[in-house]
Amino acid sequence: MAALLQVSGLHASYGPTRVLHGIDFAMDEGTITTLLGANGAGKTTTLRALCGMVKTQGEVKFDGERIDGKPTENIVRKGIAHVPDGRGTFVNVTTEENLRLGAYTRKDRHAVESDLERVYGYFPRLKERREQQAGTLSGGEQQMLAVSRALMLRPRLMLLDEPSFGLAPLIVQELFEILRTVNEKEKVSMLVVEQNAAMALELADHAYVIETGRVVLSGTAAEIKSNDAVRRSYLGY
Amino acid sequence: MDEFLRQVLAGLATGGIYASLALALVMIYQATHLVNFAQGELAMFATYFAWSLIDAGVPYWPAFLLTVAFAFVLGVLIERVIIRPVENAPVLAVVVVFIALLVILNSVAGWIYSYTIKTFPSPFPEEPIFGQYITSHEGGAIGVTMVVLLLLYLFFRFTPLGLAMRAAAQNPDSARLVGIRVGWMLALGWGLAAAVGGVAGMMVAPIVFLDPNMMGGVLLYAFAAALVGGIDNPAGAVFGGFLVGVLENLLGAFVIGNELKLAVALVLIIGVLVVKPSGFFGKVLVTRV
Repeated sequence: MAALLQVSGLHASYGPTRVLHGIDFAMDEGTITTLLGANGAGKTTTLRALCGMVKTQGEVKFDGERIDGKPTENIVRKGIAHVPDGRGTFVNVTTEENLRLGAYTRKDRHAVESDLERVYGYFPRLKERREQQAGTLSGGEQQMLAVSRALMLRPRLMLLDEPSFGLAPLIVQELFEILRTVNEKEKVSMLVVEQNAAMALELADHAYVIETGRVVLSGTAAEIKSNDAVRRSYLGY
Repeated sequence: MDEFLRQVLAGLATGGIYASLALALVMIYQATHLVNFAQGELAMFATYFAWSLIDAGVPYWPAFLLTVAFAFVLGVLIERVIIRPVENAPVLAVVVVFIALLVILNSVAGWIYSYTIKTFPSPFPEEPIFGQYITSHEGGAIGVTMVVLLLLYLFFRFTPLGLAMRAAAQNPDSARLVGIRVGWMLALGWGLAAAVGGVAGMMVAPIVFLDPNMMGGVLLYAFAAALVGGIDNPAGAVFGGFLVGVLENLLGAFVIGNELKLAVALVLIIGVLVVKPSGFFGKVLVTRV
């Protein structure tokens, strides 16, 4: 079976500053893969590169089709939902309007209505706040909203950038459990970038370790977890 | 007292026109954070288009609708062809493009239609139909403005496309991430703003007469209105439009005389910028440097 996402020799730069120096990785449909690495290693840039938000060189194939160099909105329309760094909330519209924007490209109106109820099922808090301006939600609620907005696309692949960032530990637990449920029940593949390596390895099937724009280590989550170097640098014991 | 009431109502009529044009300015400002100085000339150009149609024998209301469509297409085309290439240019470069557009539209209109002042018909009858205090055209203009404002409100508030346009203006990066074609939303915004401006032009032309410079003063009042209401707040701009219209008329009639009316707009612009740059309803923008 061909990989759902196949990245080879991915380079990216912001102006003259090169951030990615030829990243290679692949992931299969239905799996959760995590990218680990320190601040500035290029994790966020990798996700942004996959969505065409930065200039790139190299090849990105989604479901066998080249998507590198395509405009972001076309990549999204192929079923890739990005939960961005900083959550990307539309702050001046309501919670529910944020969710409807997530389904903007879909034509199946009825299914959108039932998906709305489905994500409210995952995050009842959002239902309570459906008419509230999204900018007034708490950080945790905005993260739930960002994940829910991505789910409204009915994506095949979700890119999650630091979903645990700035959240209380209990909320992180809750969020990761929901991500696992979504992955198992709805067969949504996920590529997760995390600082919280322990949580990420708990969730993921596969892991890649990135250092200064290159993949330095890869394997199943269990292998990576038991790797001495990873344990010392990222897990801290 | 009668005269006072008359002036207030007349002020509301021109105020509605300022409100429409102010709203057009705000729509572009929200998406680009720039004031489109050519907004008035776009409206003037559309009004000339309406004049040609009516001159050629097209009845008023069909000509009105065709003009709205023409202004919309003109707005979209200008965004796609002229504004898009300077999308990421420095602010001053874009401002220069706006001013160039202003001058070009003004000259082209003068070249095609000459600078002689023309009368522009009103669709409303000569004899007063809304009572003794207000002419039919003034009453009708208020009505038309209200319909336009209501349609825009309904569009932005309740349609998926309106929501997508608001999203694209607010947060272009996130908008792309949900699949919205942000570039097209900007072009649509230009089209809508030009269409609204076109209506304002057709409503003001019977009052100020049609000539290539007719929108100069109107744009100043509209700019004052947008600033008074808060340049990033559509409802504020509409309120500001009506306020400026009434204020201009009352001050003109009772305090400073007609000759100094335009100065009211300038005083308002400077006053707001000095005392409360965010306007009555605008958000205070804090930028970290």
